[in-house]
Amino acid sequence: MFNDKKIGALYVAPFVIGFLLFTAFPFVASFVLSLTDAQLQDQLGSANFTGLQNYTEMGRDATFQKSLGVTFFYVFITVPLKLAFALFIAVVLNFKLRAIGFFRTAYYLPSILGGSVAIAIVWRFVFAGDGLINQALEMIGITGVNWLGEPNTAMFSIILLRLWQFGSAMVVFLAGLKAIPEDLYEAADLDGASRMRQFWMITLPLLTPVLFFNFIMQIVQAFQEFNGPYIITGGGPLKSSYLLPLMIYEEGFKYFNLGYSSALSWVLFVIIAIFTAIAFWSQKHWVFYAQESDKNRGDKK
Amino acid sequence: MSVSAPADAGWRKHLPVINAFLRYGILIAIGFMMLYPLFWMIGGSFKNNQEIFSSIGFIPKEPTLNGFKKGWETSTEYTFATYLINTMKIVVPKVIVTVISSVIVAYGFARFAIPGRNLLFALLMATVLLPKSVLLIPQYLMFREFGWLDTYLPLIAPQAFAVEGFFVFMIIQFMRSLPMEMEEAAVMDGCNSFQVLTLVVAPVILPAIISVALFQFMWSMNDFLQPLIYLSSVEKYPVALALKMSIDVTEATSWNEILAMSTIALAPSLILFFLAQKYFVEGITSGAVKG
Repeated sequence: MFNDKKIGALYVAPFVIGFLLFTAFPFVASFVLSLTDAQLQDQLGSANFTGLQNYTEMGRDATFQKSLGVTFFYVFITVPLKLAFALFIAVVLNFKLRAIGFFRTAYYLPSILGGSVAIAIVWRFVFAGDGLINQALEMIGITGVNWLGEPNTAMFSIILLRLWQFGSAMVVFLAGLKAIPEDLYEAADLDGASRMRQFWMITLPLLTPVLFFNFIMQIVQAFQEFNGPYIITGGGPLKSSYLLPLMIYEEGFKYFNLGYSSALSWVLFVIIAIFTAIAFWSQKHWVFYAQESDKNRGDKK
Repeated sequence: MSVSAPADAGWRKHLPVINAFLRYGILIAIGFMMLYPLFWMIGGSFKNNQEIFSSIGFIPKEPTLNGFKKGWETSTEYTFATYLINTMKIVVPKVIVTVISSVIVAYGFARFAIPGRNLLFALLMATVLLPKSVLLIPQYLMFREFGWLDTYLPLIAPQAFAVEGFFVFMIIQFMRSLPMEMEEAAVMDGCNSFQVLTLVVAPVILPAIISVALFQFMWSMNDFLQPLIYLSSVEKYPVALALKMSIDVTEATSWNEILAMSTIALAPSLILFFLAQKYFVEGITSGAVKG
């Protein structure tokens, strides 16, 4: 609307300054730090340049390899399950139901609260040896498991905490479903297409832009999970829930190895970048944009 | 998911009823399971310690306020009120500066021809995808140089520079969906761009502003890692750190105190969510569907 570039630049100046100071500079600085042996307690000037040593160190660090493995396990389990569940519930809700507002609220609530320390603490109690889950199992005659004490099950509690927060993805799916024109289904009904077929041939293709958005957001968030492992399991037992963000924190702020911690954070960054890049690159093959001509409308103003 | 249609016509007649029955059944069962941990937490804060781990019901048999009384006193020299006030000292300024900076920057993106616009917009979106942990250590060192450790400044100050791309994007999307006649008329009447923003645009984008404020409120209430790194004096702890401390100190014995304080910690978010849930839904869907 306004063509004065100087005034426009003034409005976006806060972002440019903030980006340079709080994002770009730290981003580059963490890569530089990752090439040194910097320690938290020392003056920065006393750090030595060690080249790629921190990165080669990871090849020998069994803890890192364990952490990388459980991180991938966590992401590969939670993201598909969460998306599938969110989509399933959204489809069930997207029907002329009476109390849809009530259900949407109930399902969305955990996404809002789930990241808090309070919920993580409740989770500890729920999965405790004589906690809610084991008491419920006992009632139906099953002997419980020491969920948080066993390497095989500790991760399960953290996975469930994230799945519990499926509501935000569901709300996005629901909005996408509402945007699908009703007459497509009417036409399909007339042609005698079954509900299942309608889902695969109409609903899912038209939902791919929303699926794409949800997929990226969930991947990015899941790779950054910190509160769950820190508070519920402490990363244990035997590092079985030692997600990479927790390791980055502990290397930096518990063992004071700023160089190694920065190198780890760069590995995490590269992993997320690769996943995002693959998603963006592949979207032309599977994401269906109905109104291509409408797309850049806003930019022309 | 819908039941696939059986061939038999007699069945088909009842299908909508069966269908609705199935849907409600699934929805109620899942909803109950979803909310049960919350009921259990609230109920547990009114139970005595023996009862919490001996029954799965959430309604206390002998309701008691001991959990709240003792939990409020905490195991430290401060009451829980201190931690609640500390949380507000962080969250309220954070929300205010986030809203102001995000609106100003979004206005620049949505209404101005700015040099390098596409590049800047790409950078804005990149901040949404960038993992925060890669910035953690240099930011810590930077704030240490500033002498900001053990103050609230590292938590608040960056937000004055629209660092959360998600919020800026949300407002840009909202501004783009608005007709511009009003703004054009205001310019005709002699308003400058800042007057257009404050007098014409701001009132219209109020729903988006509320969404941003609510999300930032919730995220800041939940934020744990940043206070953990930057705050070292207990007297400055927000609720998140105080709760973590309480499980380290008293978990072996005082479960009802911990549950009671968890309930209080979640209360502001719970109340706001129920009062304003439509803004959450609109906020989170604006980027995904219109974009």
